[in-house]
Amino acid sequence: MNLEEYKGVYVFAQQVDNKLSSIGFELLGKAKDLAKDLNTDVTAVLIGSGVKDLADELAAYGADRVIVVDDPELKEYRTEPYTHALASVINKYKPEIMLVGATAIGRDLGPRVSARVATGLTADCTQLDIGDFPLVAKEGQEQKHNQLLMTRPAFGGNTIATIACPNNRPQMATVRPGVMQKIERIEGAKAVVEEYNPGFTPDNKYVEILDVVKSVTETVDIMDAKILVSGGRGVGSPENFKILEDLAEALGGEVSCSRAVVDSGWKPKDLQVGQTGKTVRPQVYFAIGISGAIQHVAGMEESDLIIAINKDETAPIFDVADYGLVGDLNKIVPRLTEMIKANKKAE
Amino acid sequence: MKIVVCVKQVPDTKGGVQFNPDGTLNRAAMLAIMNPDDKAGLEAALRLKDQYGAEVTVITMGLPKATDVLREALAMGADKAVLITDRVLGGADTWATSQTLAAGIRNLEYDLIITGRQAIDGDTAQVGPQISEHLGIPVISYAQNLKIEGDSVIVERQYEDRYHVVKAKMPCLITALSELNEPRYMTPGGIFDACDAEITTWGRADLKDLDDANIGLKGSPTKIAKASDKVRKGAGEQVTLDPEAGAAYLLEKLQEKHII
Repeated sequence: MNLEEYKGVYVFAQQVDNKLSSIGFELLGKAKDLAKDLNTDVTAVLIGSGVKDLADELAAYGADRVIVVDDPELKEYRTEPYTHALASVINKYKPEIMLVGATAIGRDLGPRVSARVATGLTADCTQLDIGDFPLVAKEGQEQKHNQLLMTRPAFGGNTIATIACPNNRPQMATVRPGVMQKIERIEGAKAVVEEYNPGFTPDNKYVEILDVVKSVTETVDIMDAKILVSGGRGVGSPENFKILEDLAEALGGEVSCSRAVVDSGWKPKDLQVGQTGKTVRPQVYFAIGISGAIQHVAGMEESDLIIAINKDETAPIFDVADYGLVGDLNKIVPRLTEMIKANKKAE
Repeated sequence: MKIVVCVKQVPDTKGGVQFNPDGTLNRAAMLAIMNPDDKAGLEAALRLKDQYGAEVTVITMGLPKATDVLREALAMGADKAVLITDRVLGGADTWATSQTLAAGIRNLEYDLIITGRQAIDGDTAQVGPQISEHLGIPVISYAQNLKIEGDSVIVERQYEDRYHVVKAKMPCLITALSELNEPRYMTPGGIFDACDAEITTWGRADLKDLDDANIGLKGSPTKIAKASDKVRKGAGEQVTLDPEAGAAYLLEKLQEKHII
């Protein structure tokens, strides 16, 4: 493997139902930073069926070039044809860095592609930088410059590791949604669009999709919310979430929840914050009746302001809260909602 | 039908996380358990065994003490157990681990391979799909339901906002979510038998079609530059107030921060 041949920062631009996923824009934002450090450009890889029209939107969020792999076999996500598409792009264009979202698609596609092109893959990264490996020069070991340093949490968010891939290319990472920042949309931006089709021949690895069942909940994505009012088992019942919904409405926010609430069947899975749910970083995060298990904290601790209300003064949530209030949520929350409404009227 | 289930012994990070006085993770004090997603995978295999009849083999790579989770799997109802252990295999990343496990699985007969979606120590979700790639078989990740139909499996594959009902020809690999099922308990008879059961142990020499360039720490493309225990944001203010004063306190803070 001649590492020098590999150039450019590439992003897998995920689309579902021919609609670009937010993660692709987030990755483009980060890719732009990395490309600047490496003095190179940013390429988005767009894979699907009838998706070429989406290229301009990728340009508006920072792609200098878009490689489109368009084929009827790529209509719905399936591991094999998508792996073939992305691995073929990598083998032909030889990117230095390949970023993929750590979504239910990316966490399947990434490992399969990395195994096919024989490179390393770092999962669920929360920080990406360009730097030296080893970080500090060591006697008897070559220090390589301009390496992708991939930082990720492990052990349920208890430890954090920075990982490099010094001897293989591309350097591949999946990146947690909601962590990187997309750039301000550039109206009218155009990218160089290149179409490439490596040919798709179904074999034993192609699976058949018998049915697509979309979840019926029409909730807003909690990852986009500026204010989240999140409830845990301490809320007591699904009906009692009403007081959280009222508070969220008064603040112009959304309701989310902990894993315990989803496990009890009180709220759907797409509202779950935490290690096995979504990572959120709103301006304000209310943790109401949430004890603060480490897996929950891992999904919300980057919030700008954390307010906790809990009757148990020893609840671990207070260890990460900016403001912690020990008391009865059933009385405090409705009263706070009233005060916020009164305050609004007075203005 | 022959089913191979990959399991991993992991420190229990759920609830029972222990810290040293200096705030670092106390791994020695943490319980070693069978990874929860793997246990769901094993349960799924055992249900297929109950329903259709199958031979279930569990396989793990790890230190010799990983036999504990293999014995647990046998006590739950698995038929055979294989431990891959060798000093030269240590320090492997997901690439080297999947190469090694794939080589081990090549020694076995299989129609279906089930792995957990991810382990709670690394959380990568990579080893299952990578094994399937090395073996040249289809993978269906994030399975929330599965059944057998002739020579195929039919699986509900979970995504963020939907699921696909997917049909794949066997042999194939499935990664299981812990939400898939409620794993059964070990039976007293099962525990008794598992204590005496023979566990097949393979070292490097028993693994064919495996390049030394692809194993252990040296064969791992990803290298750790730095690892540290996470520095958490410290606690802020904590107050105990009656509801009226408490609500007023929060209102004041929201105004101070220009939220309202």
